[in-house]
Amino acid sequence: MNTLIAITALGVLTLVFEILNFRKAIIPVTILGLLAVLGITYSEFNAPASYYNNMIVVTKFSSVFSALFIVLSVFLIALAHDFYEDHQTKISDFIAIKIFMLAGAVAMVSFGNLAMFFLGIEVLSISLYILAASNRLNVKSNEAGMKYFLMGSFASGIILFGICFIYGAMGSFDVAEITEWSRSAELPIWFPIGITLVTIGMFFKIAAVPFHFWAPDVYEGSPTLTTTTMSTLVKVVAMATLYKLLTAMNADLSDTYINIIIVISIASMTVGNIMALKQNNVKRMLAFSGISHAGFLLMTLLNISNSAGNLLYYTTAYSLSGIAAFAVILYVCKNKDNEDIANFNGLGKNNPLMAAVLTASLLSMAGIPIFAGFFAKMFLFTQTIEAGYLIVVIAAVINSIISVGYYFKLILAMYNKEPNAEATKTPFVFYAIAIVSILLNIVLGLFPSAVLDLLG
Amino acid sequence: MDVTTLLIILLVGAFATYFSGDKWAPKVALLFSLTAFASAICLLSQYNLGNEISYTNLWIAKPKIYFALQADGLALAMLLLTTALTPIIIFSSFGNTYKNSKAFYALIVFMSFAMSGTFLASDGLLYYIFWELSLIPIYFIALIWGNGDAEERKKAVVKFFIYTLAGSLFMLVAFIYLHTKAGSFLISDLTQLKLSSTEQFWIFLAFFLAYAIKIPLIPFHTWQAEVYQKAPTVGTMLLSGIMLKMGLYSVIRWQLPIAPLAAKEYMDVFIGLGIAGVIYGSIVALRQKDLKKLLAYSSLAHVGLIAAGAYTLTLDGLRGAVLQMIAHGFVVVGLFLVAEIIFRRYETRKISEMGGIRAQSPKFTSMFMLLVLASVALPSTFNFVGEFTVLYSLSQVNIWFAILGGTTIILGAYYMLKMFQHVMLGETNTKIFADVTFNEGLTLVIIIAVLFFFGLYPKPIMTLITPSLENILVQINRN
Repeated sequence: MNTLIAITALGVLTLVFEILNFRKAIIPVTILGLLAVLGITYSEFNAPASYYNNMIVVTKFSSVFSALFIVLSVFLIALAHDFYEDHQTKISDFIAIKIFMLAGAVAMVSFGNLAMFFLGIEVLSISLYILAASNRLNVKSNEAGMKYFLMGSFASGIILFGICFIYGAMGSFDVAEITEWSRSAELPIWFPIGITLVTIGMFFKIAAVPFHFWAPDVYEGSPTLTTTTMSTLVKVVAMATLYKLLTAMNADLSDTYINIIIVISIASMTVGNIMALKQNNVKRMLAFSGISHAGFLLMTLLNISNSAGNLLYYTTAYSLSGIAAFAVILYVCKNKDNEDIANFNGLGKNNPLMAAVLTASLLSMAGIPIFAGFFAKMFLFTQTIEAGYLIVVIAAVINSIISVGYYFKLILAMYNKEPNAEATKTPFVFYAIAIVSILLNIVLGLFPSAVLDLLG
Repeated sequence: MDVTTLLIILLVGAFATYFSGDKWAPKVALLFSLTAFASAICLLSQYNLGNEISYTNLWIAKPKIYFALQADGLALAMLLLTTALTPIIIFSSFGNTYKNSKAFYALIVFMSFAMSGTFLASDGLLYYIFWELSLIPIYFIALIWGNGDAEERKKAVVKFFIYTLAGSLFMLVAFIYLHTKAGSFLISDLTQLKLSSTEQFWIFLAFFLAYAIKIPLIPFHTWQAEVYQKAPTVGTMLLSGIMLKMGLYSVIRWQLPIAPLAAKEYMDVFIGLGIAGVIYGSIVALRQKDLKKLLAYSSLAHVGLIAAGAYTLTLDGLRGAVLQMIAHGFVVVGLFLVAEIIFRRYETRKISEMGGIRAQSPKFTSMFMLLVLASVALPSTFNFVGEFTVLYSLSQVNIWFAILGGTTIILGAYYMLKMFQHVMLGETNTKIFADVTFNEGLTLVIIIAVLFFFGLYPKPIMTLITPSLENILVQINRN
């Protein structure tokens, strides 16, 4: 609870700073503030509690994921400094929106009441609509924002509809009460319908097939930093929320439900990977890669009672490599009007360090040892086989092989093509973020227990 | 001192090489790889004294993964092969200059680290990690420093990478499946499992996919010749000298003891695949016009025979396979070095553009001749000991296997001597062939000395590997 309050206060503070004309101090102060908030989250880790008639319930799960969101936000805000170089006058707006988005994210994983859950999802989504369209003189950005808004509000509507059904069946918005009653023998048909509708809405947010159509266009059109946010922070938030929703309300998933998850999981991996093979735009490619990772993440739902640790590990590994990859993309495409793979030609000669970071993060996403991405997949596979779904694992393995195809397209461009432009100077922040996040990724690979054991 | 010391030396060596700068990198890499070789010798003497050199420590609690490195005679033999060949390979490249050589040599040392780890690991997952880790350096070595057209090279190398990765991912699934049964990845636990024959069949197949691609066996060999041709010679040496042996070693270490029932039931099929490789490789080698490609196909023939020997599941077969693995490692590195020496002077790999070198460089000619003879398993060379033992074990399974496998010697002699004739003999070449430099000569002499020394006196290696192979046989025949 204190985390949420502190984050919101920080958001307001950012806006106040603009009024007081401390524009230059905004980013350092926000980062320091977020680190302080991280301390608060840490203090809540071992003190589960509920607030305001169960509106907010702080658990280990919620505080660990909140901590992950905060860390990701620190990276994203640090990257903002150079990204918004030309928009200094609006910097406080951008940063404030990001912090409010973080508040929405934290609310989404620590809800105790479906009303709070919906509030969280709306705060997060609305901030994102704004960020997607934030490059207001660019047609593509406008299109992305509009598309995301239309599709997103549709999904929100479906979620709301589902919540109504659940309320109709149970007569309450309180998750604890719903859980209790859902164990009774006879459930009204409205209840599973409601759960299904909410799940569909969340599938939309994590961009799982067949609710993924918005992702490539929105990823491509949005300003790159917003794409970074979507593919790391937002994906993690949505997946953690879906996991929490299902464990909180309906831990014994029916066989039909499981079968649907299996189909959607395999379809997401396959469609995402195959479509990614054809892309020439790095952002689109990573959008499709994100769809396939959503498929992998859905595998955690197959063994829902004890896969929280794996979910945390996978999302952490994935988002850290995502941040590292996007830091390099931000650098390479800084003054370019598109993000084609051709822009990466010869990066291995021009800037070996950045090329190495991008290579490492792509290898992590592809699941090559010793990076954390490998262990994430390995733990996921182990657990899924233990739960008895060998077929999903085989599909996942085949998909891992396909994914190498497009990740390596980018690596090949960096090392096997001649550079077509002079090397440009790299802002220090991009270096720092890229290296720190890839190092964290590798450390996570060497000591997986550090994260895995947090949620046992 | 235990085996971790050696791995640490190589890992530190890789970083030290990178940070020493382009000028010093080759020398630093050589220094560290020689140190690694010296420490391997130390480990050997400690092992012979009966000291504990293995290392086991819990790494990840859940799922249970150990950082377990175990050195028995077999692993030590492979470790010695790796650490002995690495400095030779590095030293052989001193005649060339490479762009960004700090990265190049660092990758070589790093690859040596990963391959040593593969031979030592006794925890399935750790083994898998090293196995995959060794793939990344060779990928970049072949891609960045390779020769020929960049687009074609890219295709060949990516194909190689995806092939090998695909194979090993199925091995990973097999390991995970075994883990759910045994509760750990340790080989000592995995070999204790009582698996039904259906389970063993699928596990055997998953492992087979990984190893057949790596070795390579027919019909998974299509990546090989292209990559051997396109990779820089150092990369080809690493691939054919050491990396192939990872696949063969893994058959003996992991596949056979874990799934012995399947190995027994389908023995004929797998021996047959190995022998088919022998005949196919030899025949295709006959028609090659490119020296490196010819050597690639000859290598395919030899490893086919080694695999067939391992799949006989007899002590002789396993022993012959291991001996031949070591012998082939040395001889193939020597032959590729010869190809490189010629390339340095003539800038070509086409056999038709060579010829008449003998008159200009008799010393080089005799060294090359000795290597060719070793490669065709002339008695008194190390290769003879290996091939003969393998063929003997094949004859015990089925005399036809031995007869067909024996064609490797006949056909091998034919295409190797024919190649030698075209490359070295004939009228004196108009192009000037400068005599071999001291470095090149020294490398060749070392390789030849090793081949003949162990050819005449193979006992040290025999006594080193036999006890551990007997252990493996006990595991294979446990039910």
